[in-house]
Amino acid sequence: MSNILYLAEHREGSFRKPALELASYAHALARQTGGQAIALVLGKVGADQLSRLGSYGTQHILHAAEGSFDPMDNGIWSTAVAEAAIKVSARLVVFSASLQGRAIAPAVAVRLEAGLVAGVNGLPSSMQPLTVERKVYSGKALATVVVHTEKAVMTLSPNTFGLKESSGDAVAEVWTVPTLPSLSFEVLETSRSEGKLLLSEADVVVSAGRGMKGHEHWKPVEDLATVLGAATACSRPVSDEGWRPHGEHVGQTGKIIAPNLYFALGISGAVQHIAGVSSSKVIVAVNKDPEAPIFGAADYGILGDVHTVVPALVEAAKRFKENS
Amino acid sequence: MKILVCMSNVPDTTTKVRFTDGNTRLDAAGIQWIINPWDELALTRALELKDAGAISAVEVINVGPALTEATLRKALAIGADKAWRIDAETADGYQVAQLLAQWLKDQAFDILLAGVESSDYNSSGVGIMLAALAGIPSVSNVSGLSIEGGQVILKREIEGGQQQLKAHGPFLAVVQKGIALEPRIPSMRGIMTARTKPLEVVPAHPVAARTAYQAFSLPQPKGSCRMVDPEQPDELFRLLHEEARVI
Ligand SMILES: Cc1cc2nc3c(=O)[nH]c(=O)nc-3n(C[C@H](O)[C@H](O)[C@H](O)COP(=O)(O)OP(=O)(O)OC[C@H]3O[C@@H](n4cnc5c(N)ncnc54)[C@H](O)[C@@H]3O)c2cc1C
Repeated sequence: MSNILYLAEHREGSFRKPALELASYAHALARQTGGQAIALVLGKVGADQLSRLGSYGTQHILHAAEGSFDPMDNGIWSTAVAEAAIKVSARLVVFSASLQGRAIAPAVAVRLEAGLVAGVNGLPSSMQPLTVERKVYSGKALATVVVHTEKAVMTLSPNTFGLKESSGDAVAEVWTVPTLPSLSFEVLETSRSEGKLLLSEADVVVSAGRGMKGHEHWKPVEDLATVLGAATACSRPVSDEGWRPHGEHVGQTGKIIAPNLYFALGISGAVQHIAGVSSSKVIVAVNKDPEAPIFGAADYGILGDVHTVVPALVEAAKRFKENS
Repeated sequence: MKILVCMSNVPDTTTKVRFTDGNTRLDAAGIQWIINPWDELALTRALELKDAGAISAVEVINVGPALTEATLRKALAIGADKAWRIDAETADGYQVAQLLAQWLKDQAFDILLAGVESSDYNSSGVGIMLAALAGIPSVSNVSGLSIEGGQVILKREIEGGQQQLKAHGPFLAVVQKGIALEPRIPSMRGIMTARTKPLEVVPAHPVAARTAYQAFSLPQPKGSCRMVDPEQPDELFRLLHEEARVI
């Protein structure tokens, strides 16, 4: 049988774009193998949310509602996914290349004796043997990878496949993972900022660099993000200086993101920075240096001083929002 | 307590990559090899803990050909007590993890550290596969590691927040940004003493890879950047809406 199992991640019981994109991807894979797209859901999620997976081509849902699933424990999650894969005889197991997906896919691959391909950016070019493309060298090259094993585990790079709705109903089955291990580590403290738009989920990201000159100049950056419903990000020196929180640092050594639209304000565009944002669909750069490498990576550019251009962009964004 | 740092040997992050042999492998000509940036930070943190007296020894290991010994020597110069090299040319992360797991059977480390990814294959695979093969607990996205009174405390990033964890017994941590601030650089004295520190080469057991890199290519170059007049900010949003269709 050639079923496709995917892990449908949710936040506080609701599925976000990465999960729905993965559902679309699993459905497309299932059409190629002739099997079913099956979702695994860990933790409590309501029926209305579960049915959304059906609209992206999922036929069956294994819902393991009970268990210490939040936040992720590598041992617990990887056991649950591997057990589910065995239960539904999955040939392919796919994850979003999220914080969690990247962390547990390798363990699931070991459990299933399956080849692992991380960060794929589309459908396989062949199913037998499985052959698929991924980025390597931090986005500087692409590689075609062939899997020798019968089963395979893949993680899907965010925002590469897109959402593809399809009509259908998913049958949800309540499922108890047979041999769930206990937590691997003792939890001392958990802190979460409520309701904040996560960088990994944002369609638009407004990011700024050392060109801003200091944390006290971030108001227009934040205003632009607010008007556009965007998340904020920054270059590494900015977080190293403590101008912005570390969670905002994007690039090779920070977060790797792929929004539809990325604003680089006062960012020079060093290779290590580009490594984290090159999968963005569209990049807008504002810089006062016409030779800044960021213009080589950008789709739209404005040559000018961020301290005057960014406030002007905020006003223009407001006008745009009012008229649309 | 002993720490093992798994080290990958990678091209300098500014390298312009090129491929050879019909685009089947990296053209190594002129490449400067470095310790994978996250592994370097992991090593730095391990040495800080050793300086603080919480750790008795820090060892590093690499699976690779003789070429990688330069970076292992650098790790010794930075302060590692011993370096290991499992002598193999590997085809995928599974092979690396399997070789490490077999070697680990005869070793006794309390903490294993691996970087979140290597800057060449970016697979995030070796650390977690090693832990799974060796049957030890693992924790990912770790941005802090401290040892106080023999208690091992970890800080890790979770979606939208952070968590503090306490380890009981040996474990593997996949570390990322925050684990150490700046990588340590070798001192003159470190470079001298590195020459006398042990670098042990271990023969590799035969292990089959599960995936193969068939071919490489370079991404399509980006089209030219369209400049917008700074006096016409509304034009930018019109273009983003009508031309790029992203807002
Ligand atoms: C191993 C390694 C890993 C790294 N990882 C990362 C990473 O993950 N992320 C990352 O960002 N960096 C990373 N770096 C650092 C990277 O090399 C650059 O140093 C960094 O990205 C530069 O940040 P920046 O663009 O904000 O600052 P700068 O390079 O100082 O650039 C500031 C830019 O702002 C412009 N500017 C200045 N004033 C104004 C103004 N008034 N108006 C308009 N424009 C102005 C300048 O022309 C310049 O282009 C890494 C480096 C190494 C060696």
